[in-house]
Amino acid sequence: MTAFRSPAGGRIDRSKPIRFTFDGRQMHGHAGDTLASALLANGVHLVGRSFKYHRPRGILSAGPEEPNALVTIDRGGGRETPNLRATQVELYEGLVARSQNRLPGLRFDIGGINNAFSRFLGAGFYYKTFMGPQALGGAKLWARLFEPAIRRAAGLGRAPAGPDPDRYANRFAHCEVLVIGGGEAGLAEALRRSEDPACRVILCDEQAEFGGWMLVEAPERADEMVKALSARPNVTMLRRSQAFGAYAQNFVAIAQQLTDPLATTDAEAPCERLWQVRAGEVVLASGAIERPLVFPDNDRPGILLAGAAETYLRRYGVLPGRKIVILTACDTAYGAAFALQDAGAEIVAIAETRAAPGAGDIAARALARGIPVLPGTTILGTTGHLRVSSVRLGRIRPDGEAEPSGGFTADTVLMSGGWTPSIHLFSQTKGKLRWEEGLGAYLPALPAPGQAIRVIGAAAGEMPAGMRSPALGALPVAGSPDRVKAFVDFQNDVTARDLRLATREGFRSIEHVKRYTTTGMATDQGKTSNLNSLGIVAAETGRSVPEIGLTTFRAPYTPVTFGLFAGQARGDLFDPVRRTPMHDWAERNGAVFEDVGTWKRAHYFLPRRPVDATASGHAAMHEAVQAECRKVREAVGLFDASTLGKIEFVGPDAAEFLERAYVNPVKGLAVGRCRYALLLNEAGFIIDDGIIARLAQDRFHVTTTTGGAARVFGMFEDYLQTEWPDLKVWQTSVTEHWAVIAVQGPRSREIIADLVEGIELSDAAFPHMAVREGRITGTPCRLFRVSFTGELGYEINIPAGLALPLWEKLAERAAEFGGGPYGTEAMHVLRAEKGYIIVAQDTDGTMTPEDMGLGWAIGKKKPDFIGKRGLMRPDLTASGRKQLVGLVAEDRSRVLEEGAQIVPDILAPAGSHAIGHVTSAYSSAALGHGIALAVIEDGRNRIGQLLHIPMERETIAVRVVEPVFLDPEGARLHG
Amino acid sequence: MLLIRCPWCGMDRPEIEFRHAGAAHITRPGPPDRVSDEEWAAFLYLRDNPKGRVAERWRHVHGCGRFFNAVRDTVTDVFVVTYKAGEPRPPETGPGESQPTEARP
Repeated sequence: MTAFRSPAGGRIDRSKPIRFTFDGRQMHGHAGDTLASALLANGVHLVGRSFKYHRPRGILSAGPEEPNALVTIDRGGGRETPNLRATQVELYEGLVARSQNRLPGLRFDIGGINNAFSRFLGAGFYYKTFMGPQALGGAKLWARLFEPAIRRAAGLGRAPAGPDPDRYANRFAHCEVLVIGGGEAGLAEALRRSEDPACRVILCDEQAEFGGWMLVEAPERADEMVKALSARPNVTMLRRSQAFGAYAQNFVAIAQQLTDPLATTDAEAPCERLWQVRAGEVVLASGAIERPLVFPDNDRPGILLAGAAETYLRRYGVLPGRKIVILTACDTAYGAAFALQDAGAEIVAIAETRAAPGAGDIAARALARGIPVLPGTTILGTTGHLRVSSVRLGRIRPDGEAEPSGGFTADTVLMSGGWTPSIHLFSQTKGKLRWEEGLGAYLPALPAPGQAIRVIGAAAGEMPAGMRSPALGALPVAGSPDRVKAFVDFQNDVTARDLRLATREGFRSIEHVKRYTTTGMATDQGKTSNLNSLGIVAAETGRSVPEIGLTTFRAPYTPVTFGLFAGQARGDLFDPVRRTPMHDWAERNGAVFEDVGTWKRAHYFLPRRPVDATASGHAAMHEAVQAECRKVREAVGLFDASTLGKIEFVGPDAAEFLERAYVNPVKGLAVGRCRYALLLNEAGFIIDDGIIARLAQDRFHVTTTTGGAARVFGMFEDYLQTEWPDLKVWQTSVTEHWAVIAVQGPRSREIIADLVEGIELSDAAFPHMAVREGRITGTPCRLFRVSFTGELGYEINIPAGLALPLWEKLAERAAEFGGGPYGTEAMHVLRAEKGYIIVAQDTDGTMTPEDMGLGWAIGKKKPDFIGKRGLMRPDLTASGRKQLVGLVAEDRSRVLEEGAQIVPDILAPAGSHAIGHVTSAYSSAALGHGIALAVIEDGRNRIGQLLHIPMERETIAVRVVEPVFLDPEGARLHG
Repeated sequence: MLLIRCPWCGMDRPEIEFRHAGAAHITRPGPPDRVSDEEWAAFLYLRDNPKGRVAERWRHVHGCGRFFNAVRDTVTDVFVVTYKAGEPRPPETGPGESQPTEARP
């Protein structure tokens, strides 16, 4: 039996002892304990150090509102969770808990020195001290010196460094009624509503057991109600489930703890589940939270809320202390006093802040039990380093001050400032609140439009008179209230003095006071402090509480793990991955992949991984890319172009639509012919390019860039549906239907010739920019004579499921001819040698066709197309626009850096206007030197000029050249 | 998460099935040679940003794929009405009439 465990009573299972450690110290508790109740049973009140002053702190509450008792729970193997409220952590065998915010230990903490200087650490201290004028180095000193030091010293738990090994689940649910809160009101509502078997009811409660306060006062009744509910198939009961966010249209997010800490848990099973519930009606039965009283030194370990003490005694069989002083502003503390006295504790006195104590005969009953009741009395101060040891009392005078009136030794102080309805979730849905003077609290008034939310029970203010207290704010003190530390917000270490200081410095709105003092901004969101803060600001500024306003309640009600939101979307499941039919072949043949959108594309091939350990990855890649380029220029290369976006247009108006969509003339395109096409936005800028191929009078096969496919398809859909709905044309995305094998190089015709049926391949019958339908190795295909390399080349479109055997056959043949596969890097080099642009690499969303030297593509006679009017804007026709050019460094071996800025003057000072920048830069195997594409103001008129690229350590001289480096006549295309 | 009624499907569906597509009832001026620079600039870039009811385009992109219009209150996020693309804005959904709220700093 642990020291403070009562001999009988409570909901714990005394037959099941449980071992746990706190800061390495071995202790015992029982099944049914929380970490907080087990610690108290072992006589431990000191559980943490406060945020700012590092003051010793104890357990204040018995629920989710706990501001002090935040601990790190280490379940081993990287399963470490900081900042958990000990009042909510269920005890399990072997639990490892650590206190936080202390160095080196809880009993002696270096940070405690802050407490000695606390007079200088008031509201706004950091702003005033470290944000000095720039001239004094204020901001710089802050960023470099003070902030890192302060951040190290401040903060509570530490985030674990490793990846989270736990799994998290997600579920959507629908119901007629969602009841939030499983106390008496919530259970009764769930019972009433679920009488109709067609009414699906979900009931959730944050605790391991339903019953709420009934578990303290009438556990048998709770058990009966839970039993009745459990028997109903239309009721879903979620324990350990915190409704943390309430959103528009009755949508509620619930965090459910899944691992029953007492059972052996499967490491693979999810530990938490995010419920997203859409309800016909939300019933909020979230109860009420007891308010602390604001008196000097009210934060010592051993000072706790009266209701919490009663909970620990009656629900967990734990005495929080043996010699108890009570300070109260309402009647419920008497219940705690009587129960504790019955359990053997000495109730030294009940100090009543009210002049006339209690309703009915409650004070008389206390007196009859031999408990002194002291009306009009407050606490002027407490002593005790790591635990309260005595209190000094004071009589409240009519002038609002207090005078000393003796004192007591005590190991525990219980306080009760009345009860605050928990309206957080109602407020999150933007429901209107009203101020209830007699309760010293806000109550739900009117749900926001579209919300079916009803608040019942204590959350709606339905509380017996004994729970009500209008008192808010700080209690009277003897002498200057600025000489004492009376805490309002325990978690953020905000005192009544800080709030008064803020109002004296001119802050009026509670929103500003909150941000300046940080009151209510800790992870507990001010559950125990907000109303006392309002009371102090109201008193100080001589206004009523509603005049000051109320800060906004936001989700989450209690902190939620990141893992819960991430759910299954992590690792391989973070984002969908698209692979082409040739992916596995590429992988087997040494492909190094790159991500292009969600696609995996072969970047380059390393058939034999470099054995020379000294060869860097970069050198190996360079060598591979150079070899791939040479194969294409000298023999034949195979390229997997399956990721290209492909759209099929069908219908009598297909040509008309494409004519309006692309800059090019399309209506005149002959069947069997292709055209390189540019797509603009209405502003006149290039957003995509591709090939338009006419398969029949009313049928087109159009390609887009890999990354632009979905966007372009969506844009066309928009024009088809809303701009030109009269056009008879249908578009279908066939990106995944067709795999595309590009066969490029002087020997490309040779390797496909005997595989193709029904298509005459001669240059005359099937010229450059032609398309035919036929068969290849017996499979239907669309064969394009197109080239993105400047070589004779074909793109074979073949149904994706049938592509791999063809690829394998072609790869075999290519190897016989001295060719092979090439990746996207070689593709980039080959196209840059020809000056072919890549949209979004050589263009940046402000480039016109003319800028790119592609003005020839525009159908000049067309009355309209997307972007035509945009191209006529004065800025787009002005001279001096950036134009695509080629660059070669004077040191020709040099490969420039993409993105490098270009200036005309070798001595251009830093900050000079750059006339352009490098968009593409490679080492060209065919030319034996570095090449680059760039966009430069008035670039075409600068051909031949020497320009300069200032880099970090040097300035590189470059010569402007034509953007086509290789075969400008195009002889190689027409082999 | 909001529920949005797709006027083509005739069903309330969750917000994640939809994609916002900008202001509604913007007419593309033309033909190009009859449109002034100012007119075209207004078409490209100038949009109202009222507090209260706005008409905007949405697409049921993960559903029927179709575009439609909606009148939404930018203060309360309430969808007042949704209607098919090409239909006029219902006259009773005129601008303004948003619920007043306290200014929040």
